This record gives sequence, structure tokens and C-alpha cells, in this order.
Amino acid sequence: MDLRKLFLKANNEPEGTNSFLRTRYVNCRDCGKKLSVARVRKNLFVCPECGRYMTVRARRRILMLTDRRSFTELDRELESRNILGFPEYEAKLTAAQEKSREREGVVCGVATIDGHRCCIFAMDANFMMGSMGSVVGEKITRLFEYATGRGLPVIGVTVSGGARMQEGMYSLLQMSKVSAAVRRHSNAGNLYVVLLTDPTTGGVDASFAMQGDITLAEPGARIGFAGPRVIEKSLKQALPKDFQRAERVLSCGFIDAIVPRNEQKGYLAKILELHGL
Amino acid sequence: MEDYEIVLGARGDRRLTATDYIQRMVPDFIEFHGDRLYGDDRAVIAGIGSVAGVPVTVIGIEKGKTTAERIRRNFGSAHPEGYRKSLRLMKQAAKFHRPVLCIVDTAGAFCGVDAEEHGQGRAIADNLFEMADLATPILSLIIGEGGSGGALALCHSDRIWMMEDAYFSVVSPESCANILWKSTEKAAEAAKSLGLTAAKLHKAGLIDRVCRNDERKKLAADIAEELTRLAELPMPELLEGRYRRFRRVGY
Repeated sequence: MDLRKLFLKANNEPEGTNSFLRTRYVNCRDCGKKLSVARVRKNLFVCPECGRYMTVRARRRILMLTDRRSFTELDRELESRNILGFPEYEAKLTAAQEKSREREGVVCGVATIDGHRCCIFAMDANFMMGSMGSVVGEKITRLFEYATGRGLPVIGVTVSGGARMQEGMYSLLQMSKVSAAVRRHSNAGNLYVVLLTDPTTGGVDASFAMQGDITLAEPGARIGFAGPRVIEKSLKQALPKDFQRAERVLSCGFIDAIVPRNEQKGYLAKILELHGL
Repeated sequence: MEDYEIVLGARGDRRLTATDYIQRMVPDFIEFHGDRLYGDDRAVIAGIGSVAGVPVTVIGIEKGKTTAERIRRNFGSAHPEGYRKSLRLMKQAAKFHRPVLCIVDTAGAFCGVDAEEHGQGRAIADNLFEMADLATPILSLIIGEGGSGGALALCHSDRIWMMEDAYFSVVSPESCANILWKSTEKAAEAAKSLGLTAAKLHKAGLIDRVCRNDERKKLAADIAEELTRLAELPMPELLEGRYRRFRRVGY
């Protein structure tokens, strides 16, 4: 075991080791108000002043949605390698691991939500913008296969800038790989609920983020295929104000419901209950 | 040839487009229009015909040749309506036990307000989801540009073939260089790093065959033979093979 792994292991405990929490005050990125961390945390990382939804890392997200101590992680050991020999990729992976304190950009496992057993995955925005490389694709595929084998529902929390460029076509083809596993899970009559968080874009938006039986989103989350800057640049067109925001995407017909953070756990539990799970 | 030259060549003005391939390989082609939901996307040509005597459903992304036609074809960048038309006809193909041939040539799915609000991501996701167990053989041939998700949406297939001078990439080399190194001038370096040429992808086992330009006359016969061979497989075996084809990628 190298030092980096030791470091990661020591810092990967779910509670209390976040440097964010050791800082006593933070400023909201939207309203600029100085907020005590305890207050932000109590409010589920939603700014108590302006209501801005802050980024939640994968492990905390799972804690917020599942019953205390019910989560068992799967495939935690999987780590990316520089399959194409892409310039600077190793350094970026190391930096991402340090920033996110995760080995890769998604955390997968089994848990209960108000007693209902399910598989759950949560992507991590701090790991190279939640980009999907081979390991992210593999972990999510394995989770769907695990769930299919046991007749379990899957709850997925997405946040992603899309496929990871540094792994080239290996990344792009993860979209196909995961989609096929979602299909098999669905064919076997299993439930898949996806919660889209800010931002869910690119190759993730064009695959498993849009393949749920039930599609939920957080308020204000950006959801779309192409980045807004790409569209603005290529079309020289001003974009509608709420373009690609969850509320707009819902009115366009692509989301079932927008669920505030403090209601998500109960909402998911209700859905599981209504499916007899 | 340098990898970036292949990318530039694949975008070349004088290159054969999907229509050329269809005219040569599917002489009795009949085109069908519309997604039955909203519209008809002219960037996607779809219909039926026969390839070397084998009836097939053909889906092609067409860029156009003249300026007027390119505009009409939206430069080969499909809207969600195009992907939905392709899916409609693929499902019809399965109903009539007809194999599907996809001819892919696109810089990428269209990026625009309408495309987004009509569900570009959803449309591509639906193709991947449905093609995963579409009960008929599917062969995709990339003839020029295989641009990211917009190309992938027609490549969840039993076989992916590429012309020797085509490319297939997660991102355009220019965008990649711009995002990573804030400079489009490093596009050539990005192209090389992305491993996007037919030869490299074949070596990595990500595509199944590299087709030579000087053997293009044989292409229709080769495709018909491959589709016939796939059609003879029991359906569970065909679909298990398709699942494994993508399952093994990357890890």
C-alpha cells in the first residue's frame, strides 16, 4: 500500500473528516453571506439565506438519503489507470483523489431507505467534474448487474460534465455499457429511480441519467446534453433565462418531479413502498 | 498519415457521404420520413432496401455536398427528431426480422436550444437503451466522422466497422485541446492522444473491422454476408454477444 492510499484510507471516513467542516464559516457563492458551517450542514447544504443548492460529495449524499449505518459499499477498490497514455492524466487523477477523497468519481453500494432495501450510486462532482471514465462506467454497470441478480431497485444520483476525455473512446463506450446493464435490470422488472443534480450533462445525460423509470431533479439543477457556452458560441444566440434548468426541463416534459433536498429521502421511501419493495 | 490529418480528411469537402454509400450499396433504397412525434430531421436518412440481395433497414447521417444541401441537412448534425426517426425504423426492422445497417458520418449531435428542449440527451439515451436488445442484427459503418454521442447513438451494434480514413472520438480534438490546454493549436496533439483512428480503435478491440477504400466495391457483399451470419444466430446468443461486446470495454 502506498502512502497516497494510506492517506485516502485515513481520510475516507464518512463523517467529520471534511476540511469544509473544520472551517467554521463559509461564504455562499450566490448571495455572498457568511454562514456558519454547522448551520449549512443542518440545512442539508442549502444556503439558509438564499436557498442556493451547494454541491454535496458522493458519500455525504448517500448518508443524506439512506438509513444510518445501513450503507455497504461495493467495488470501492477499483481505480483508474492511464489506458491511452494521455498527457497529464495521472497527475489529474491524483489531484482528483486528493480533492474528493475518493478513489474514483462514483460511490456505489447497498443500503436501506426508511427500511426499504436498494442499491444506490452517487457521482462526485469533486472528482474531475464527475466525468465518466472506464471505472465509473464499470462500477455503475456492476451495481446494475448486482441489483438485477438480486431483484433490487437502483437509486442513482447523477452529477457529471460528461464522458472523460482522457480515456478517449473507452469513456464514450461506457455510455453503451451502462445502458445495456440498465436495460437488463429493467427487463427483469426492476425499478430504477434517478435523481439529477447540478450539473448533469454530456454523455451521462445522454445515457443512464435519462433511462430511469422515474426521473427526479433537484431545484435549479442544470440538465442538458451540450454545455450552454458551446450553444451560445456556435449559435451566437442569447439563451432563455432558465435554459437547461430543472424547472424548464420539467416543463419540456423530461422530468417527473422536482424534489427539494429535505424531502428527498421520504420521497424515495414512498416510491419504494408503492412498488412493494 | 498523422491522426489529425485523418480527422481533417474525414471532414473533407469531396468525401463520399452517406447518400453515396446508399446509392452504391442499396440500389433499390426507398426513403421513409418522420419520427411520428414531432418532425422529420433531414440530417438522418432512413428507409429500406436490399444490400447484395439481403433486405435491410438503412439509417444514415447525411452531411450534404453543396452548400444549399449542407444547410438543408444541417451539416449532418441530427436533432432528437432524427434519432427518434432512426429508432422508429429500427423497431420496425425488428418486427419484420430485417437487419439494420447504420451509416455514420457526423461531427456530433446538434447543439441548440430546440435540440436541447426537445430532449437531445433523452433521444440518444433511448437509442442506446432500445438498441441494447433490439431483436435483429445491427451493423454500423463509420464512413467519415464519428463525433461523440451523436455518432454513438447509431453504434450500439453487433458490429462496428470503420473506413480506414474515418475517426471515432469522445470529443473533437479542437474542443479537447481547448478544454485541457486552452489552445486549439494543440488539436493535433489531442488527436494523437485520443486514439481516434480506425487502426488504433481496431487494435484496442473497440471496433470490429477496418474497411479499405480500395475494396469499397466489395463492401456491400461483405456487409450482406456479415448480417446474414448474425441473422443465423439464435436470438439469445445474438443479444448476449451484443451485451458482451460492450461489457468488456475498459475494465
